Amino acid sequence: MNFWEVIFGGGRWLFLWHGLEVTLVLTVLSLILGSAIGVLVALMRTSNLRPFGRMKTSRLANFNPLASLGKIYVDIIRGTPLLVQLLIMYYVVFGSYQFMPKIFVAAVAFGINSGAYIAEIIRGGIQSIDKGQMEAARSLGMSNWQAMRLVILPQAMRNSLPALISEFIALLKETSVVGWIGLNDIMRGADNIRFQTATAFQSLFAAAAMYLILTAIFTRVMARVERKLKHDDDQR
Amino acid sequence: MTMISVKNLKKTFGTNRVLRDIDVEIEEGEIVVVVGSSGSGKSTFLRCLNLLEEPTSGEIIVDGVKITDPHVNLNVLRQTIGMVFQQFNLFPNLSVIDNIKLAPKKLRKFSDQKATKLARSLLDDVGLLDKADASPNSLSGGQKQRVAIARALAMEPKIMLFDEPTSALDPEMIGEVLDVIRKVAKKGMTMVIVTHEMKFAREVGTRMIFLDKGEIIENGTPAQVMDHPKTERAKKFFAK
Repeated sequence: MNFWEVIFGGGRWLFLWHGLEVTLVLTVLSLILGSAIGVLVALMRTSNLRPFGRMKTSRLANFNPLASLGKIYVDIIRGTPLLVQLLIMYYVVFGSYQFMPKIFVAAVAFGINSGAYIAEIIRGGIQSIDKGQMEAARSLGMSNWQAMRLVILPQAMRNSLPALISEFIALLKETSVVGWIGLNDIMRGADNIRFQTATAFQSLFAAAAMYLILTAIFTRVMARVERKLKHDDDQR
Repeated sequence: MTMISVKNLKKTFGTNRVLRDIDVEIEEGEIVVVVGSSGSGKSTFLRCLNLLEEPTSGEIIVDGVKITDPHVNLNVLRQTIGMVFQQFNLFPNLSVIDNIKLAPKKLRKFSDQKATKLARSLLDDVGLLDKADASPNSLSGGQKQRVAIARALAMEPKIMLFDEPTSALDPEMIGEVLDVIRKVAKKGMTMVIVTHEMKFAREVGTRMIFLDKGEIIENGTPAQVMDHPKTERAKKFFAK
């Protein structure tokens, strides 16, 4: 069978077409959740809340519960394979909640995973901002949170943008393991074609091409956003 | 009326005793210039006045409020104390005018229109109205510092603190910044200025404090302190 017959014969292209929808929806949901977690955990890790700070002599004085919690989360998530996390989420955490849509379960797993990486990227961005920025904002009378939200985070996010784009591309590609819990994404669609036609080359290259096109479009769009931000900077 | 009252102020960083025992009273409308060699604790002293540095011990009362009390709302307090930094610290993600408008809008709840009007009049005061929409990154050091002064004034503070406002500037830009500070001084605001510009200090200061190794060793009018210092240390400093 030639390429066109394998992919388009017998309506098999629909496997990939429906897979595309699953991949895109899953990526967007995971991205939203991961970004929310990422910003939150980055703020936790850069926070300066020391509830025992008044105990000047105790070792507890330097204990920052939010930062510690954030670090434990990042260490666990980055230290274990994504596939293991996905399966734990599906079979253990949501094991007794079979009515949960699989795409929801997957988005939670991928969001929690991506959140750890995004948190570290944004933490790096926050820490790269000169401490004079925070001092200037606080000296005007802003609260720590106002200074973060209005002054530090906008600059940190902009500085983190190239690394964030890489992470988003990685997330899109990593969703390809979601077939393990039975979601029919692009990769699973290609597998279905592979089983039906007993040909590996055509279906796998079709899947690869689809991922490549998606990441290429995304990269283009983000490059434009980056240019726009830079342009705005120069204009001012 | 006493605007700032500092009692037994001490600040240590680890084992380094930066401020040993500072006692000073500053009256409303006074312009206090703080001088001394680098490492004498001048900047730390200034930064304690709005609690950017937390004192190790001692008491600071600003406008009748004991600010070293842990229950004081620092954010409200700091709205009444403007600060200008050596490194300007303008917000590079905002235009010049938005740098000035940010705090009035968010903290004083000004409408955009009212904040714009205030910011434009302040920019006019510092001679930079034509730069309103420019990026801070496109300004010279002197222009940045003038914007930073306008930004601090936008909160209409009762006190202005200047932390070596001209030390990061090229010599030819120092004058324009000092002119702006002179203008603010003429309005009768209470000011504390850490500076190395001795001519300026003598001219604009109503009082001079000389710090050495974390202690005030001279405290008088600039003329007294500079022309007739009581301590050997200060004599040596001004002889340079």
